[in-house]
Amino acid sequence: MGKDLITLEHISKSYDGQLILDDLNLSIYENSFVTLLGPSGCGKTTTLRIIGGFETPDKGRVIFDGKDITNLSPNKRQLNTVFQKYALFTHMTVAENIAFGLKIKNKSDSYIKDKIKYALKLVNLEGYENRSPESLSGGQQQRIAIARAIVNEPKVLLLDEPLGALDLKMRQDMQYELKRLKEELGITFIYVTHDQEEALTMSDHIVVMNQGYIQQEGSPEKIYNEPENAFVADFIGDSNIIRSTMIRDELVEILGAKFACVDKGFGENKPVDVVIRPEDIELVSPENGTLKGVVTDLTFKGVHYEMDVEVGGRELLVHSTKLSPVGTHVGINVDPYNIQIMNVPESEDEEAISETI
Amino acid sequence: MRKVLERLYLGLLLIFMYAPIITLIVLSFNSSKSRAKWGGFTLEWYVNLLSDEAVASALINTLSIAVLATIISTIIGTVSCIAMIGLNKKLRSFIMSITNIPMINADIVTGISLMLLFRFLHISSGFTTILLAHITFNIPFVMLSVMPRIKNMNVYVYEAALDLGAAPLYAFYKTVLPDLWPGIVSGALMAFTMSLDDFIITYFTKGSGFETLSTLIYNEVKRGIQPEIYALSAIIFVVVLTLLMLVYRVPAKKNKD
Amino acid sequence: MKLFKNKNTAPLLSSPYMAWALIFILVPLGMVIYYGFTTEDGFFTFENIATIAKPGYMKALIRSIRLALISTLVCLLLAYPLGMILSSMKLTRNTYIVTLFILPMWMNFLLRTLTWMTLLEGKGVINTVLESLHLPTINIINTPAAIVLGMVYNFLPFMILPIYNSLSKIDENVINAARDLGADSLQTFLKITFPLSLPGVLSGITMVFIPALTTFAISSMLGGSKILLIGNIIEQEFTQLYDWHLGSGLSIVLMIFIFINMIIEALSGNQGGK
Repeated sequence: MGKDLITLEHISKSYDGQLILDDLNLSIYENSFVTLLGPSGCGKTTTLRIIGGFETPDKGRVIFDGKDITNLSPNKRQLNTVFQKYALFTHMTVAENIAFGLKIKNKSDSYIKDKIKYALKLVNLEGYENRSPESLSGGQQQRIAIARAIVNEPKVLLLDEPLGALDLKMRQDMQYELKRLKEELGITFIYVTHDQEEALTMSDHIVVMNQGYIQQEGSPEKIYNEPENAFVADFIGDSNIIRSTMIRDELVEILGAKFACVDKGFGENKPVDVVIRPEDIELVSPENGTLKGVVTDLTFKGVHYEMDVEVGGRELLVHSTKLSPVGTHVGINVDPYNIQIMNVPESEDEEAISETI
Repeated sequence: MRKVLERLYLGLLLIFMYAPIITLIVLSFNSSKSRAKWGGFTLEWYVNLLSDEAVASALINTLSIAVLATIISTIIGTVSCIAMIGLNKKLRSFIMSITNIPMINADIVTGISLMLLFRFLHISSGFTTILLAHITFNIPFVMLSVMPRIKNMNVYVYEAALDLGAAPLYAFYKTVLPDLWPGIVSGALMAFTMSLDDFIITYFTKGSGFETLSTLIYNEVKRGIQPEIYALSAIIFVVVLTLLMLVYRVPAKKNKD
Repeated sequence: MKLFKNKNTAPLLSSPYMAWALIFILVPLGMVIYYGFTTEDGFFTFENIATIAKPGYMKALIRSIRLALISTLVCLLLAYPLGMILSSMKLTRNTYIVTLFILPMWMNFLLRTLTWMTLLEGKGVINTVLESLHLPTINIINTPAAIVLGMVYNFLPFMILPIYNSLSKIDENVINAARDLGADSLQTFLKITFPLSLPGVLSGITMVFIPALTTFAISSMLGGSKILLIGNIIEQEFTQLYDWHLGSGLSIVLMIFIFINMIIEALSGNQGGK
């Protein structure tokens, strides 16, 4: 992937006695699009603010390009931030906003002028120089906030839920826009969001966080297909999480029936959690199914039907392009590769989450 | 270090604001008539004050004017705010800019302009003229605090009430009024305190022989400060403090719920 | 909103207030202007207004402007740092402390002025304390300094409130953004914080400058009878000399100043705020 650009070492931070981050370790590669993903209060924004220099960690170090920048003030860091709700300077024009950082660095007027033009072109807002930020739509303000940050040629761009205030359509457009910008600029993006779809669409690397801990990190495909625990499985997409028993390597008993799987090393006759994505459940005729059940609910979702199938007192969520009306007796099969085995959670936090599922 | 300096600055400014008031309260219990020496504790000035008929009638005047002016200006202000929704924008902003004149203009000009009006209309100076003047400068405070409420009001709630079969007035009483209520209450409180506190406009519209607490204090001070005035100040300060604490505590509690 | 948007009820409901505003706001101002531009016999004249140019009157006007400017400046210098400290504090605590600073505003303004008479007198509280400590006494009662002190004490809350409000409205991330873009603390203050607080500063200036310029009570209580401000002269014309025409003329001059102040506020407010 490239070399480490930012390393967080043993970062802890608490506010008013409440622990927000606990011994967090994270490496961010150069030129990657990294997303910190998690529910509100998981510590993702605090992590970003520590990297940006707006918070100082209680413990631990922030290494940037080989140098310790833990206590360096934000104005001396080679990175720029796109803030929640944009934080544009409302008493300045668009051009003055973009020029702000360059004027501080005493760049020449002609350089600044070129940069403004270049940046506005990059974010598709040519000709908006003399507009006031308040006269622009949310999406346009967002682009100005991005332009204002990138003219300073930072090595890293930090984005704190930048699309949170936009409507759905605008959000989707901006996702592609951000991806394109990342390719054009060739710099590192660190992106904070609670929207799993945003994270899956844009990132090279996703860091899933909850309650101050990193739950799992990896490529979007890996996070989606091989969630390491119930929290990740539930937070990313829909899933069925079923308490089961690992009979031995590559064989698991789910709801009383034995299924072949590909996981090893969980021991023999040990309780495990099994994750099966709704689209990975195959509905067949009852006599051909490993498990038997009855369809209890049916909703048309456009691309597929969403069904609840009752199996031995337990509801399973199934996505299928084939219609099975309510009351149909069905058989259930799952491909061994689509059965994801996870250890039963040990911490109380994780327990609490998996029990509500 | 920075925190210490900030605290120090806050402390010094608070001393600047409150030390004079505290001194005044202490002096109200000083048995020596001299302001420089402590002659021992006494309640004499308070006793004198209570038996002082001029003070009693000034107090009654002040309170009755404040209460009446508050009630009338609150009603006029609220009704006008509601009515103004139906007017077009230009007329509305024209009315609002006229409404703001007494707030922006110097009190002395407002005072003499009203005095000229009352003389011209041959309304004899006294209770009525002060009351009219107070209503006039109170209305803007009521309107400024009710207007934002009206602008933020959810009109659909009123329509929903009509839809569910409520008569318009009943619907207004049940849906609109509760929405406006906090604005009306804070406007009325503003009006009441403005009325109590006013000196300049009262001074020009009162005529001779009619006194409110403010004008009484001004006259007394010109004659030389008597210790009874300290007692009066102390009482007013404590009453105002208690009132404000009540006012500030009530909304704070509501917010928590 | 049938009830409110009804074309018949709206003018009907708003007409009492419109009549009130006409009779008690516009007509009285018209009368000031009428008296200001006429002689006792009802003839048109500029003389009432021109009187301001006469030495005694001009001196009082200039003195009023000078003292009002000094008081406004002192209030601004005291209130701005306070506003910054208050707005940087945590919300739960600061509403309490802000209230503490605003509270004296509700205390009768004559009483607030009276306390300073008591404190500053030749044999007043401050001098007694200074004497007992064998320190030199101060004699500022009946001087312009005492008037300025009285103005600052009375009007300081009017400066604190709008400045605090405008400062606490600034999004913390806007400040962070400036830092993020490379500005140091001073640059951030000069380019971001101060310009964004300008509307509050301007309205604070207006709220202090106008009452300070036009007061007559503070000057007559703390300035003795010798230091006349323009407010004292107008007051005397109406209550002692009964020259309403001259008094109105001088009031028009005052209104011109208020008007200029308003225009300045509106113009710079538009530039700074939007």
